[in-house]
Amino acid sequence: MKELSLNILDITENSVKAGASLTQILLTETEDTLTVAIIDDGCGMTEETVQQVTNPFYTTRTTRPVGLGLPLLRLAAEQTGGTVTVTSRHKDSHPDDHGTCVTAVFHHRHIDCPPLGDVVSTITTLIQGHPDTEFLFRHTRPHGEAVELDTRQLRTVLEDVPLDSFEVLQWIQGFLNEQYEGSDDTVT
Amino acid sequence: MKSLAELQAIKEKMQGKVTLREGTDEKRVVVGMATCGIAAGARPVLNAFVEQVNAQGLAANITVTQTGCIGICQYEPVVEVFEAGKEKVTYVKMTADKVARVVEEHLKGGKPVAEYTIGNAKV
Repeated sequence: MKELSLNILDITENSVKAGASLTQILLTETEDTLTVAIIDDGCGMTEETVQQVTNPFYTTRTTRPVGLGLPLLRLAAEQTGGTVTVTSRHKDSHPDDHGTCVTAVFHHRHIDCPPLGDVVSTITTLIQGHPDTEFLFRHTRPHGEAVELDTRQLRTVLEDVPLDSFEVLQWIQGFLNEQYEGSDDTVT
Repeated sequence: MKSLAELQAIKEKMQGKVTLREGTDEKRVVVGMATCGIAAGARPVLNAFVEQVNAQGLAANITVTQTGCIGICQYEPVVEVFEAGKEKVTYVKMTADKVARVVEEHLKGGKPVAEYTIGNAKV
């Protein structure tokens, strides 16, 4: 993966596949670290599964017995001296409060830290592919206002107009880009 | 500044069009967006299809969707084009630059771009 925004896209696809109705993508930057938290209310995983998810030879895919999504995220984080933590509550053991949380911490001043890249494109791609699920995106940085998008808010305005309409996707792209341009911080 | 008022205007403009779009899919463009596809560069390919299909006014007849791993990871980014009554066309090692020709010649013109298909791929 050339940029972290691609890892974020890849990991969030797991949340959608787990049947999440809301997936939160929360980026929090300090002067030294970038924390990426992907939190969903999908079906969750059993403890046994959680222990295996960063093993590349564990996968839910049916086309081949290798799954590299979380292993690649872990590699990207660990090579900056950071970490990946996965916690999950399976729907069988937590029927009212299930879901998965993946948290990756990057030391973004480390020379091996990939750029965050085009995170706006990641968000529009997710909405284009999954217009009926909800996403909350928030990018908080040490200076300037947070960049934020909540599809639930857009849906109350749009009513029955689908979120994957081209005009809506373009609006979302512009809405996020303007928030990034409007603040003093440059995207890392 | 983009505002929710602007989104409201989009909604009002779009509301009449929504029903028109349903059930008229002549062609379906499917982009593989699993880890293998994403790592190989599927995101800009998908976005190029979405943009160009809409820019050319083809959205009423052509849908662009995403799928998981198609199973031929070494050929990613992989794009499949489905059309009722015709054999599926599989494009391999796609790039955003190749999308314009596929849109023009295949989606608009009805003639697959043989050069980009799996049949012509060098391993």
